[in-house]
Amino acid sequence: MNNWIVIPILLPMLTALACALIPASKIAIQRTLSLAASLALVATGFFMISQTMSGEIFSYAMGSWSAPFGIVVVVDRLSAMMVALTSVVAFCVLAYASQGADKRGPYFHFLFQFQVLGICGAFLTGDIFNLFVFFEILLLASYNLLVYSGGKKRLKAGIHYVILNLVGSALFLIGVSTLYGITGTLNMADMAVQVAALGPEDQAILQAGALVLMVVFALKAALLPLYLWLPGVYSAATAPVAALFAVLTKVGVYAILRTSTLIFGPEAGVGADLIAPYLFPLALLTLFFGMVGAMGSHRLRHMTGYLIIASLGTMLASIGLFTEASISGALYYLVHSTLNMALFFLLIERVSAQRGPFTDEIRIGWKLTQPTLLGLIFFGVAVAAAGLPPFSGFLGKLLMLQAAIDEPGGFWMWAVILFTSLLGLIALSRVGTQVFWKGTEVNDARAEKVERTTALQAAPLVAILAILAAYSAFAGPVTEYTDEVAAQLLDPQQYIDAVMVEPAFFPDTGMSDDLRNKDH
Amino acid sequence: MTPLLIVLLPFVGLILPIILARHSHTAATVGALIPTTLSFGLLLSLAGDVFAGEVFVASWPWIETLGMNLSFRVDGLGMLFAILILGIGTLVVLYAHFYLSDSDPRGRFFGALLAFMGAMLGVVLAENVLLLAFFWEITSLSSFLLIAYWTHVPLARQGARMALAITGMGGLLLFAGLLLVGHIVGSYELSAILANGALIQGHDLYVPALILVLMGAFTKSAQFPFHFWLPNAMTAPTPVSAYLHSATMVKAGVFLLARMHPALSGTPEWFFIVTGAGLVTLTFAAYVALFKHDLKGLLAYSTISHLGLITVLFGFGTPMAALVGVFHILNHAAFKASLFMSVGIVDHETGTRDMRILGGLRHAMPITATLATLGAAAMAGIPGFNGFISKEMLFYESWKLPFIENEWVVPVIVTVGGLLSMAYSVRLVIDTFFGEEGDTPAKPHDPPFGMWLPVALLVAVCVVVGVYPSIAEPIVNAAALATIGGVMPEGYEHLSLWHGFNAAVVMSLIAIFGGAAFFMLRHKLFALAERYWPNLHGKLVFEGLVERVVDATRATTASLENGSLQRYVMLLIAFVVAAGALPFFLFDFAPGNLPATELEPVTIVIFGIFVAACLGVVANHKRRLTAIVTLSVVGLVVSLSFVKFSAPDLALTQLSVEVVTILLLLLALYVLPKETPSEGGFSLRKVRDGILASVAGLGTGWMSYMVMTRPQDSISMTHLEKAYYPVGGGTNVVNVTLVDIRGFDTMGEVAVLAMAGLGIFALLARLNPEHIHGVTRRVLDRYPVMLTSATRPLLSLILVMAVYIFMRGHYLPGGGFIAGLVATVALIIQYMASGQQWSSERMPVNFRIMAIIGVTIAVLSGATSLALGKPMMTMLVPLGEPGTVMTLYFDLGVFLGVVGAMMTILTSLGVLSRPASAETLAHSKETNPWKP
Repeated sequence: MNNWIVIPILLPMLTALACALIPASKIAIQRTLSLAASLALVATGFFMISQTMSGEIFSYAMGSWSAPFGIVVVVDRLSAMMVALTSVVAFCVLAYASQGADKRGPYFHFLFQFQVLGICGAFLTGDIFNLFVFFEILLLASYNLLVYSGGKKRLKAGIHYVILNLVGSALFLIGVSTLYGITGTLNMADMAVQVAALGPEDQAILQAGALVLMVVFALKAALLPLYLWLPGVYSAATAPVAALFAVLTKVGVYAILRTSTLIFGPEAGVGADLIAPYLFPLALLTLFFGMVGAMGSHRLRHMTGYLIIASLGTMLASIGLFTEASISGALYYLVHSTLNMALFFLLIERVSAQRGPFTDEIRIGWKLTQPTLLGLIFFGVAVAAAGLPPFSGFLGKLLMLQAAIDEPGGFWMWAVILFTSLLGLIALSRVGTQVFWKGTEVNDARAEKVERTTALQAAPLVAILAILAAYSAFAGPVTEYTDEVAAQLLDPQQYIDAVMVEPAFFPDTGMSDDLRNKDH
Repeated sequence: MTPLLIVLLPFVGLILPIILARHSHTAATVGALIPTTLSFGLLLSLAGDVFAGEVFVASWPWIETLGMNLSFRVDGLGMLFAILILGIGTLVVLYAHFYLSDSDPRGRFFGALLAFMGAMLGVVLAENVLLLAFFWEITSLSSFLLIAYWTHVPLARQGARMALAITGMGGLLLFAGLLLVGHIVGSYELSAILANGALIQGHDLYVPALILVLMGAFTKSAQFPFHFWLPNAMTAPTPVSAYLHSATMVKAGVFLLARMHPALSGTPEWFFIVTGAGLVTLTFAAYVALFKHDLKGLLAYSTISHLGLITVLFGFGTPMAALVGVFHILNHAAFKASLFMSVGIVDHETGTRDMRILGGLRHAMPITATLATLGAAAMAGIPGFNGFISKEMLFYESWKLPFIENEWVVPVIVTVGGLLSMAYSVRLVIDTFFGEEGDTPAKPHDPPFGMWLPVALLVAVCVVVGVYPSIAEPIVNAAALATIGGVMPEGYEHLSLWHGFNAAVVMSLIAIFGGAAFFMLRHKLFALAERYWPNLHGKLVFEGLVERVVDATRATTASLENGSLQRYVMLLIAFVVAAGALPFFLFDFAPGNLPATELEPVTIVIFGIFVAACLGVVANHKRRLTAIVTLSVVGLVVSLSFVKFSAPDLALTQLSVEVVTILLLLLALYVLPKETPSEGGFSLRKVRDGILASVAGLGTGWMSYMVMTRPQDSISMTHLEKAYYPVGGGTNVVNVTLVDIRGFDTMGEVAVLAMAGLGIFALLARLNPEHIHGVTRRVLDRYPVMLTSATRPLLSLILVMAVYIFMRGHYLPGGGFIAGLVATVALIIQYMASGQQWSSERMPVNFRIMAIIGVTIAVLSGATSLALGKPMMTMLVPLGEPGTVMTLYFDLGVFLGVVGAMMTILTSLGVLSRPASAETLAHSKETNPWKP
């Protein structure tokens, strides 16, 4: 019995409920519990990676109802990798939030753990309607986290976010019910089988339903033209929340990648290569406009939001080529970019706290009280974000460029990535010199308003930077793994075989058939 | 192992000066010297073998997918550069020890310097070209930190940014170029690339790859038109200028030309691009140098010019020219670093670098004057100094070019370059050390021994090589051999001072005497330049360009991301309509073959009402109360249609959901103004949105039609079959699906509901009801007596019904979810009829806790099966008696979750309507806009 598979769902769930029952005055207990659970999740994540290393795919039938009749939770290489990434980001962010940010509103740990649960669930589920449920959990948790610390600006951003996503949820249902109507199943592996068997008369309606679904995923993944909500929302969130949100967009990327390889891959008959013609150009445009936005931002948070959009564009463009090397490069880059952007949000809060009324505005303000510590971390973040060595962004871009050489869109990939990298470099160096090197001295009257970064607050930041450096140093084994992830994705039959067990099984209740008539 | 250590030692050792800087200045310097000298020692231990022609290659795998290995190569070319980097590096550390003032943070300086040193060693010793590019970018980054070392100086920051932008861009393009080269060859190892020149040059991608690689080289080595970052980087402390901007980093570009020479050179493309860029740079920069009054500015342009000269030599593509290029790299590094240091001394001691102020320093600073004069002589190419020999060889080679028809062009240009070089060298010496003594800010004197010693050592190299050139032969030959690719040029035997009387001698004479004459005319030339030299500065152009780009991005971003939710939703709908419609244009489609159900009059009437109600909501959306009431009609018709299509569970659920949400919406109206602000009259936008909404709605209908006319064959057939005993254990398939087959979904949705409840509580708890307009008065209305008396007996009735619905759920329409909603309706009615206060006093329940406990019960009953060795959510675990199953507990959790969440929302909204204090009330009466 592979009960470990449900740990990433059950553990945050129970932790969240426990945290909600512990009174707010006992926040220390909530923190301890939440951190312990988060650490256990990190261990689980890496255990999952070790389990999937051999290439085995684990399918877990919820409620003992076998696929396609019940809901299955599936762990393959991609899921394991995404859960591990989520757990690492969550732990670092939680360690930071536990230094005080969790007291700015009620139910922080409850919501945080639910957010983690929603993300992990989305990565693990093998059922498309269950994916909807996890999207809802994600949405509610993230909406609450967005507004948990109050404030008019957050509320406004929150309303934008929730309304857009509710429209998204409605579209999700339209898409799923269309697919269900055509294929008669909700299980993704089964759907792959059914789609491949459809006749040409079903092609248009199938693709219409599937594309509606893809639009929902694109909304989550902030693909052009659906990225405009992101900078406002992310910059309104408090630092730890925004940092965790860095993973949130990856759920959209994951969903696109999963469905387009498993259900709508080249072997999918009338559903074949559903988004291949559109994803690549849209993603490159996303990258371009994301970087333009980063350069044109007036605030650091906003800029980070746009950098996230640019990085999403980068990885989706590479995914859009749908080759083993291009997906592998995108996945390598995905981990890097998620960690780095999470770090960026945390750092901005520390920087803002020392700039008085200037907070995160990109203009000359107060000089920082701890310029060396914060400046060095910024240098690291900026170098990583611009895709320069020694950090992993550089290797990620290299992998993706290399993968694109012989592809039809290769030229555009190269041109846009190189050009936007230059824009990013210029934008980040401008920001760095303005915020960190210019500024007026902080006098005594101002000094009271300056919040020093404690060692415990700095520790998670430094830890993420160290992880990024290690991620670069151990890029060899990591890329070997991502290669295998991509190979597994491009061979969906492995996934289908693991999920669609023969013969189908149902709960064994130990009750006899005679009972059928008992009630009647 | 040794090559790896040579590169890594400076990186690892950079921590030493940072730590030791806290103790003393000397400790910091020693800390910087330790890794430098260790690394130097290791390097020299390989020197003998390398000079003998051996090539050390050491490799460790790093990223095999990428073809990027940690592989290093020590050959003659790498050795020459590594000696320059570490040799001059050692001298610069010594020099900086005296140069830096007490307030300059030394840890940061030496730390960045060592990082740069390591990166530079990485560039010149890399065997893998991707590794080379990796270190290349690190040199850009570390030089950024070094140029902006004095962060408080605005020019330093600007200069650093510009250098980073230009060299960083070059680095990116270089990357691209090297990726292409590696792609053509199939390996990124230099050994393979250098051996496959013909393959590369014959490939379709050769020209793009060449241009990209050259962009890297030209930006780094400040070739026209990318030269302007270098003079602006002169805001760096002088040791940095001496090290990075004369001896090492700017040489990385020409190093790259030498490194890739065997693989890329020899084609017309190479010849014309490289030689062309070099020739323009050589003369243009030499000319500008003459007009620079700032000593460092002069040296900067002189450096650019000499880099142009070296570029020209590599551009020729002939073996002998390459050898001369290598030789001149060595010579230039020696004299230019010494000159930078001399100029730094002058600046340090006099407080100025302006040649219009300086003068006659030979009396006050005899040692510096002597050293600088000797260095300048080498730069000018006076016989007896190293610069003469390499320049003479260039002149000679300029007559033996491939691909060019008019053989005079290149010799004339290089002679002009030499002439200008002579002129500015003379100016540097005369205007600084001779003539009248200037009125300098500080009283000059010679620096301490430690500061001029590095200069003296470098000048000694210039003189010794100048007089006795064959001493440099081992290193030059080894480096040239690597550059050319194995065979020494024909006819070459030794480096020597005199090659006999030939055209080159004439050119040299022209350059020397012409340059001197040019210098005599300098004042006239300056006047001319003041008047006619275009006031065009690369820096201003660059800064202006960046500003324009930033402005453009700001305008673009502001026009796209305008903060309008309406726009974002419009884009989403438009995008999804496009996505949904596209397949119908691309592929065949046909509705299914199921016959249509018969249209009955009742159906027509009901759906007529439905459509009318929908339109009514749209028409009335500004009058909120009316809109909500109309909306409830929509919901009602939906539940009726469920009844019609025999789905009693859905009908019940829809009905109760409808009632609860409408009631909550009505409550929420308390805190909202009665009317939506006006959106103005008719507008194109409304038409657009109307069309979009209609298309989206019709499209959804069309898709439903396409689906529903198709025969259904789905997993629900199996559900129908299995829901009964013994598998599902119930007779109501909807409920079995909810609590068992897809109980996992239900668990998630109940959690969502609980989160929504808690979220609304948290949100509204912050809101102060006294700050909301118009609320207070309405709350003071009496509760209607009829409603109050009618609802109180209803409470128990409805609750009993809820229990009934709950209990029968597994077998007949009902269940925890519906029961929860029904119970909620019962409670809400009390709140509405009798008010928040009255109801809360009689029901002291914390609904938030109830919601959490409900979810917890649901989760735990789902997880119980784990303890019994069954997968999670296995509901029918045999616990003794058949039929004692977890579904009941699970459904109880759902029930409590629903009631708890809904009531939390209700009470949170209700809190807003509690009576206000008398004081606020009095105040609100005056300001209340809705006062009757």
